[in-house]
Amino acid sequence: MAEPLVVLDGLTKSFGTEIVTEVLHGIDLEVLPAEFTALVGPSGSGKSTLLNLLGLLDRPTSGRIVLAGRDTTPLTDDERSAVRGRTLGFVFQFHHLLPEFTALENVMMPMLAARGREEKGMRERALSLLEEIGLADRASYRATKLSGGQQQRVAVARALVLEPPLVLADEPTGNLDTESGAQVFELLRRVSALHRTAFLVVTHDERIAARCDRVLTMVDGRIRSDVRNGRP
Amino acid sequence: MPFEVLVALRFLREGRIQTLLILSGIGVGVGVIVFLSALIGGLQDSLIERTLGTQAHVVVRAPEDVVRPVSESSPGLAVAPRLERPAQRLRSIVGWAQTLDLVRSLPGVRAAAPTVAGAAFALRGLANRSVALRGVEPASFRNIIDMAPRLTAGEFRVDATNAVLGVELASDLGVSVGDKFRLETPAGRSDVFLVAGIFDVGNKDLNERWVFVSLRSAQTLLDLSGGISTIELKVEKIFDAERAAGEIAARTGLQADSWMKLNRQLLVGLRSQSASSWMIQFFVVVAVALGIASVLVVSVVQKSREIGILKAMGTRTIQVVRIFLVQGAVLGLAGSILGSGIGAALSYFFASLATNPDGSPTFPVNLSPVLFLGAAAVATLTGLLAAVAPAERAASLDPADVIRYG
Ligand SMILES: Nc1ncnc2c1ncn2[C@@H]1O[C@H](COP(=O)(O)OP(=O)(O)OP(=O)(O)O)[C@@H](O)[C@H]1O
Ligand SMILES: [Mg+2]
Repeated sequence: MAEPLVVLDGLTKSFGTEIVTEVLHGIDLEVLPAEFTALVGPSGSGKSTLLNLLGLLDRPTSGRIVLAGRDTTPLTDDERSAVRGRTLGFVFQFHHLLPEFTALENVMMPMLAARGREEKGMRERALSLLEEIGLADRASYRATKLSGGQQQRVAVARALVLEPPLVLADEPTGNLDTESGAQVFELLRRVSALHRTAFLVVTHDERIAARCDRVLTMVDGRIRSDVRNGRP
Repeated sequence: MPFEVLVALRFLREGRIQTLLILSGIGVGVGVIVFLSALIGGLQDSLIERTLGTQAHVVVRAPEDVVRPVSESSPGLAVAPRLERPAQRLRSIVGWAQTLDLVRSLPGVRAAAPTVAGAAFALRGLANRSVALRGVEPASFRNIIDMAPRLTAGEFRVDATNAVLGVELASDLGVSVGDKFRLETPAGRSDVFLVAGIFDVGNKDLNERWVFVSLRSAQTLLDLSGGISTIELKVEKIFDAERAAGEIAARTGLQADSWMKLNRQLLVGLRSQSASSWMIQFFVVVAVALGIASVLVVSVVQKSREIGILKAMGTRTIQVVRIFLVQGAVLGLAGSILGSGIGAALSYFFASLATNPDGSPTFPVNLSPVLFLGAAAVATLTGLLAAVAPAERAASLDPADVIRYG
């Protein structure tokens, strides 16, 4: 079995200072490279909280997060930003594109932030990703001039641009009509296979979950079940 | 283009109304600074120039007679010593030729001229006026006060028979070029002169009192045969005059007074004028800084979603800080360019409001490149500093919050 991409070890998270509520109660989890995993569970079960911890956007109350063999617990904020830029891509429910920039620029943005300025080949790379998601003809459109589904597809391209081994997606289709939702999901599966990228997708859609390699079910801050479909 | 500058410029561009408003605000502020500096600078330059147009920078004369106790104090008898200032009489500078050479050789001294100055009466018919007699050598005196361009009639010729006087005195005496008048000193010496020229120095008092004669005539009239009473000089840099006067006094033992000492009131006035203008400018800068800071604080709130996205994409804290610092600096710089235009326009408009009969402005404005560069530097720095607090706020935004709540 391949070296796990993510190892979560006794992860807990509490919120609040006066009234402390523990939201996650000791999560243990391993995610393998190129694995396409759905994270399902009732509202308030802690799915987004887990994703934010995994995405190094928030710090756990206790426990360890090992990303690509590296323990992220002792890292400073800037080191976490750097790890985030290298290892992780994000797709959020609200298609978080930068409205000031074009589709192409949005896709380029992680490369610009990482390298500090535009370098040769960046534009071409972003364009080829836009082609892959079928939006090459919208490259120079402002983000706000795109439909919800189109914006979400651009966000997928942006998440992939630095070739991260893992993409975290929190209800990527939650805000889209059924057809665009299915379209975006197909895209995720396709790019995952093409780039050998692991995906962890939070979803409420049973049909989507059914088509994933693996389904994690969360209830009340614990992983209740972990089922692998088809593949071992 | 660096990533931070790209994002900063795009944020500003998308801010449209907000950016335009704050730019106009900065522009008006910088415009006021540029205009005030140009106006006050020009006003002060022209005041000093006008003052110094009819004055030497430094006047050297023999020291005043010393004051001594009149009564001798005898032991055992306590007598309150009575100090009596002797009447000052016109004294000649001893060895003035050497002194003149010395003064001329000092660094920073541009020109020096020997002069004789004393009181006299100008008489013609029944008219009798008290005047200030000025004995000069035209060649050397031209470098101290150039009278030629101030003549309204005749020429500046002073010799054994010719004298030059002011327009007011000429009309008081009822003389014009070519007419005769008599000069008489309190000591009783007198001589008759022809009016060779009539001047107008723009000062009624001087136009009434100054009478130029040759050095030799003045020496004769004032009983100073071969001597001179004063050496007048011009220095290269007018604000070096006080220092030059001190050096001359120390090296010659003579009394040397700079224009700065003789016009203390003027200088105090100019200085407090400068101080109040600095004060106004300081508060304008503060207002501009507050304006920039408040716009950026609002923009941090508006852009918190974007900042969260940028951070989630791997943008480092310092990069977020720079994005906002660059916005502050760009606002300051762009505003100062706008403001320089506004200030220059205001200055020219103001200068065109009040003009002399010859078309030259009554209030000349002093618009130098240094002024514009200075305004740009101050505004950019102000923008940068004003952006510090908003930038730190942006940097401390928690991306998880933003993403959680959309
Ligand atoms: N910043 C926070 N402060 C306090 N409580 C929080 C915070 N974030 C989440 N919680 C709480 O943690 C619990 C889990 O929230 P979370 O957003 O992870 O749920 P979720 O499974 O993503 O739900 P949904 O399906 O509705 O998105 C909830 O009870 C929520 O109120
Ligand atoms: Mg959620």
